[in-house]
Amino acid sequence: MTLHKNEDFGTPEARSSESVTLEVDGNSVSVPKGTSLMRAAKEAGISIPKLCATDSVEAFGSCRMCLVEVEGKNGTPSSCTTPAQDGMVVKTQTDRLAKLRRGVMELYISDHPLDCLTCPTNGDCELQDMAGAVGLRDVRYGYAGENHLDLKKDESTPYFTYDPSKCIVCSRCVRACDEVQGTLALTIEGRGFSSRVATGAEDFFNSECVSCGACVQACPTATLSENSLIEHGVPERSVETTCAYCGVGCSFKAELKGDQVIRMMPSKDGKANHGHSCVKGRFAFGYASHKDRITKPMIRDTIDAPWQEVSWDDAIAFAAKRLKATQAKYGKKSIGGITSSRCTNEEVWLVQKMIRAAFGNNNVDTCARVCHSPTGYGLKQTFGTSAGTQDFDSVEEADVIMVIGSNPTDAHPVFASQMKKRLREGAKLIVIDPRKIDLVRSPHIEAAHHLPLQPGTNVAVINALAHVIVSEELIDEGFVAERCESDAFEDWKSFILDPVNSPESVAEIAGIDAEEIRAAARLYAGAGNAAIYYGLGVTEHSQGSTMVMGMANLTMLTGNIGRRGVGLNPMRGQNNVQGSCDMGSFPHEFSGYRPVSDETVRTGFQEAWGVELDGEPGFRIPNMFDEACADNFMGIYVQGEDIAQSDPNIQHVEAALKNMECVIVQDLFLNETARFAHVFLPGTSFLEKDGTFINAERRLGRVRKVMKPKTGMEEWEVTAELSKAMGYPMPYESAAEIMDEIAALTPTFAGVSFERLDTGGSIQWPCNEAAPDGTPVMHVDEFVRGKGLFVVTEYIPTEEKTNRKFPLILTTGRILSQYNVGAQTRRTENNQWMEKDVLEIHSSDAEARGIREGDWISIRSRKGETTLAAMISDRMTPGVVYTTFHHPESGTNVITTELSDWATSCPEYKVTAVQVAPANHKSEWQRHYEETAALHTKIAPFGGEAAE
Amino acid sequence: MITIHLSMDSAAVAVGAEAVAATILAETKSRSIDVTLVRTGSRGMHWLEPLVEIDVGDGRKAFGPISPDDVPSLFEGNFNSSHPTALGSVDEIEFFADQQRMIFSRCGITDPISLLDYGQHGGFEGLKAASKMSASEIVDAVMTSGLRGRGGAAFPAGIKWKTVLSAEADQKYIVCNADEGDSGTFADRMIMEGDPFLLIEGMIIAGLGVEASKGYIYLRSEYPVAQRVLTRAIEIARTDGLLGEAFDIEVFMGAGAYICGEETSLLESLEGKRGQVRAKPPLPALEGLNGRPTLVHNVISLCSVPSILAEGGQWYRDLGMGRSTGTMPFQLAGNIKRGGLFEAPFGVTLHDLVHKYGGGTLSGRPVRAVQVGGPLGAYLPASMLDTPMDYEAFQKIGAGVGHGGIVVFDDTVDLAAQAKYAFDFCAIESCGKCTPCRIGAVRGSEVMAKVMKGEDNVANLALVEDLCEVMEDGSLCAMGGMTPIPVMSAMKHFREDFISEEESK
Repeated sequence: MTLHKNEDFGTPEARSSESVTLEVDGNSVSVPKGTSLMRAAKEAGISIPKLCATDSVEAFGSCRMCLVEVEGKNGTPSSCTTPAQDGMVVKTQTDRLAKLRRGVMELYISDHPLDCLTCPTNGDCELQDMAGAVGLRDVRYGYAGENHLDLKKDESTPYFTYDPSKCIVCSRCVRACDEVQGTLALTIEGRGFSSRVATGAEDFFNSECVSCGACVQACPTATLSENSLIEHGVPERSVETTCAYCGVGCSFKAELKGDQVIRMMPSKDGKANHGHSCVKGRFAFGYASHKDRITKPMIRDTIDAPWQEVSWDDAIAFAAKRLKATQAKYGKKSIGGITSSRCTNEEVWLVQKMIRAAFGNNNVDTCARVCHSPTGYGLKQTFGTSAGTQDFDSVEEADVIMVIGSNPTDAHPVFASQMKKRLREGAKLIVIDPRKIDLVRSPHIEAAHHLPLQPGTNVAVINALAHVIVSEELIDEGFVAERCESDAFEDWKSFILDPVNSPESVAEIAGIDAEEIRAAARLYAGAGNAAIYYGLGVTEHSQGSTMVMGMANLTMLTGNIGRRGVGLNPMRGQNNVQGSCDMGSFPHEFSGYRPVSDETVRTGFQEAWGVELDGEPGFRIPNMFDEACADNFMGIYVQGEDIAQSDPNIQHVEAALKNMECVIVQDLFLNETARFAHVFLPGTSFLEKDGTFINAERRLGRVRKVMKPKTGMEEWEVTAELSKAMGYPMPYESAAEIMDEIAALTPTFAGVSFERLDTGGSIQWPCNEAAPDGTPVMHVDEFVRGKGLFVVTEYIPTEEKTNRKFPLILTTGRILSQYNVGAQTRRTENNQWMEKDVLEIHSSDAEARGIREGDWISIRSRKGETTLAAMISDRMTPGVVYTTFHHPESGTNVITTELSDWATSCPEYKVTAVQVAPANHKSEWQRHYEETAALHTKIAPFGGEAAE
Repeated sequence: MITIHLSMDSAAVAVGAEAVAATILAETKSRSIDVTLVRTGSRGMHWLEPLVEIDVGDGRKAFGPISPDDVPSLFEGNFNSSHPTALGSVDEIEFFADQQRMIFSRCGITDPISLLDYGQHGGFEGLKAASKMSASEIVDAVMTSGLRGRGGAAFPAGIKWKTVLSAEADQKYIVCNADEGDSGTFADRMIMEGDPFLLIEGMIIAGLGVEASKGYIYLRSEYPVAQRVLTRAIEIARTDGLLGEAFDIEVFMGAGAYICGEETSLLESLEGKRGQVRAKPPLPALEGLNGRPTLVHNVISLCSVPSILAEGGQWYRDLGMGRSTGTMPFQLAGNIKRGGLFEAPFGVTLHDLVHKYGGGTLSGRPVRAVQVGGPLGAYLPASMLDTPMDYEAFQKIGAGVGHGGIVVFDDTVDLAAQAKYAFDFCAIESCGKCTPCRIGAVRGSEVMAKVMKGEDNVANLALVEDLCEVMEDGSLCAMGGMTPIPVMSAMKHFREDFISEEESK
């Protein structure tokens, strides 16, 4: 159920160019062919009573409430399952129908608890509504007959409760899980009267349910209810905002009582999510009011001293003083900052502006450095701009979907559901990933080809695919001739035909079957529409940028760019990493990816900001650490990023931070980086922000406050204050003003404003005069750079090699229930699904080492060592192990290396040579971590002594 | 050389045919005489089973019902007509003689899995004719014949064939509904056990007619003998080249659900899902198995097809009466003296079937009620038996011919209990998807229990009537939709069982 009863049309929209005209209760209405009578009636403003129909799923025809009379036809068909036809004359209210509806309702209520007044969905229940609508007065069967009132609740899953005593067996939950989410975790068990919703396991928590909440949302009664609803009651108001977890950027209505969020309801008209969500966005918002939340600024002289709570003025003054002193001592370029890819565009804009205008250098970078910076480089080189080429809906027209180094069902679950729907409709799937990810084989979906390549061999494999396409003459000659630079293509063509790129040569290197490579290539090239979706399994490699260009080559080669259903789609991870990049959080680029060295661009900014700007590129994040250890970079402002947990080679990061003289952290909680900080500026959660996020589709979505900042200050106000204290005032009145400045200074954002977004909804950039309504699909008539550029992508194996000492390869990633460093999700009930990171290892590797399920094992690389619990997993290939980095004490990044992408320094998280062995103690790093944990989080309250 | 024919049909087995077979074999061994025992389908005269037909060289002579004890004396007497069980030739038995066996012409005569027997007894004439015709010509023949679905719906078969033929798809299917779940019916079982090649021939012709390359026989799990026989027959047909790449058949077993006799539940079950009813549209003819155009037909419907193609649609049309063309295998069961299968053109009266051929009740008591068409059929009083077996004639009296099952009750029957039973049956077999059936059946049963106890009968009977209206108009399929038929017909024709004269006032 949802608070604001969105118009529910009962059945999904029909997509047809033909239209039919009919009469419903005397009203004429025209609808697309294939529309149900129920929906047609709704279009005419008539609501037919219904219980089992809802427009997020196909018609089912089970409740029998929506019966109508059609002139010239016998009987009383259900309006949800009957398609509208030209000339039909329909009556939705007659004496006969009224009697039937009352009769059906009488049957429902004869097997339903009568505790409306104390029921969690009192006032928010469709059964209640329908009983009222049909005028039920009397249940002549009495209540002594067979019923389900004694059935026990299932409270196993943390966020919602299943109460079978209230179930009306409408199957909306089953259908939502099947059609919307695509997990197919639910079914109806039993026949006839004993039919009940069941999961196929002993309860929800132990089943395949991923707690996305689609069933709860679909349920018309209290049978499936959010626990927060049960506890607090029905919300009274709602605020529309955007999720702060992943790059899908789901639109939500935050439903509230006062300023307490009762539940997050996905927005039906959200263009990224269309009314769907995942466990994190829908349920895991409790971290915003967790007890760990820091709401007062804190400072300390040295990192060994306890934190001291102070006023905002004191904290800002202290920070500014330190930063200035650092600059005085070590030089202008000795300070800088990292912007957050979780904060709003407006907040990020101010940080990069502060660094450029107030600090006077270009030492600004963002976490995209460690995830999609190769996307930035690669797509810029080949297409002319660093952006995904499609919108999410484009997948609905794909015939072949190729997923490379991405695990969408875990990392972009709502988009994965949309992709799975298309796959169930018959689109073919190719998966290139060392692991057998869920998508390879799941209900009603099976990859036509899974290429489980050795980590580090991406470029070899993409070259082999291209080699097949060229040598077997599957090229889209017309597209290449018309749209791409011919010289570059010829160079590339002779390169790719080299036998070293043949499937037979590559098969050996990559450890996959040559015939499979050929078959996959033919499938991709032969499709009407083929689309590539890729993630960090592509970018976090020493040849990350090369691989991106290799995939771009493939799309140009086969003409799979510039229209719906195709494209090259980077699965951006964070809720605003796209935005953070777009805002110019780069040492070498201003907003809109324009070089700082470009005089025209720089002059424009100088004029607007009234200050001279440095034309020399600054430090990238890895450089910052290197320079810090060399006493050249000694002050840093870290906005919403936990580099001491998420960056590779942690010992190096820690050494760098320790050496700095001024570390400022702006965040919600005391995180790993804060252990080394001198100033802690409390930040705000997305529930307290006013601004915009940009998702993986380049879509700007509004983020709106549901409550006042718990810290007393907007985050952007804090940055503005600091900038002012550093000598550069930033007199903004509102976040809207900041966006106005962004639009004025960034051509691809020229048409954007809060007003535009508030009235017209989300927009994909570029949004300017050339594209006033935004741009769903890019490179339609020509590439941004004019003609597409084929780039030679020679395979160069990584330096990180396995040997006898380190015979296995470790690759890292994420899971569904936890989010990245876990700062938010570890502070919610999501911990119930995953309390610790584990090491996934194939049974043959485990057996060879005497490792059993659950055993403690040490993982050692040439960089370091850590200890984790083992999980025997058949989705791994022998020789490859896998873990996540959601819990700081796992020390996952203690063992990852300093190797990185040649073009962008994106760390090679995905390839680390390791050895694994049974262990009986934690590693030294972990022991030290535990010992010092308490020390770094001691806080002295305002004006008082430090508490333990 | 002596040939003894003995049925291995489930009904015959149920009354001891296997023991008889064993005794016969033992006798032949101990007497060292040259006897061939041929297991056949049943002749369909249940009161005579186990029936043996013995041919000592001058034609088949029937003896029955035979028990193992009768066997020695049979052999002693050299199988002559003075044996107490001697019946003479089957063709002279009135029950059999008055039939017109088109579908069951070989049943009980031939060895069910002998292709040779099948061919020698008129088999494959239909297929031969169809092989020379185009698909639309085959469909035209079926349209002309006026054949109507024998499963119960009586929908004109030709229209379905035409719809499937006109549909464009990469794959089409023939699905044979062999989930014969109606009480008192056994015609499907008999023909599958006794003459499986007829069904196979019918399905092959259907495949030609609608351009389908794959056929499934959805067989209820309660028919293990039919499964064995059909599977063997299909293997033989494949070896012989009748089945193969152009058209192949697979037997798929059900799992004990009456509702899977409803075509959309059947398709769901065939797809490996819960046997839950699908809403229509879309029609299975356009979107059926795996979303493809599917011709779903009852066993007898498909078994009628070879004759139509062999003799021509018009010939078939000329049999029967009105729009009820061709023959129907009526199945006599219940409290009946002579139960069995009576195949005849439409037009024979219910009275003749029950009394003239069926011999009235087994108990000898008066016939009080007859239920035609299975558990969802109307209860007819003795006064209404003069109705001819004809789809339209039955509709006129608020009843239906259905699959042709006829169940006889004597005057000890309590129609109130039968009405309650109708609800009970619906409650057990309901798929549970739609509310009127899922909950209505249970409530109907509870209210009828009260009526039978005499609690508040006026109000409760009114409630039953209202409930019946909801179920009839509101149910998703005929399971709930037709449950009111036995209930209301019982209430109408046998009201005295429901409420006394005084109470009604």
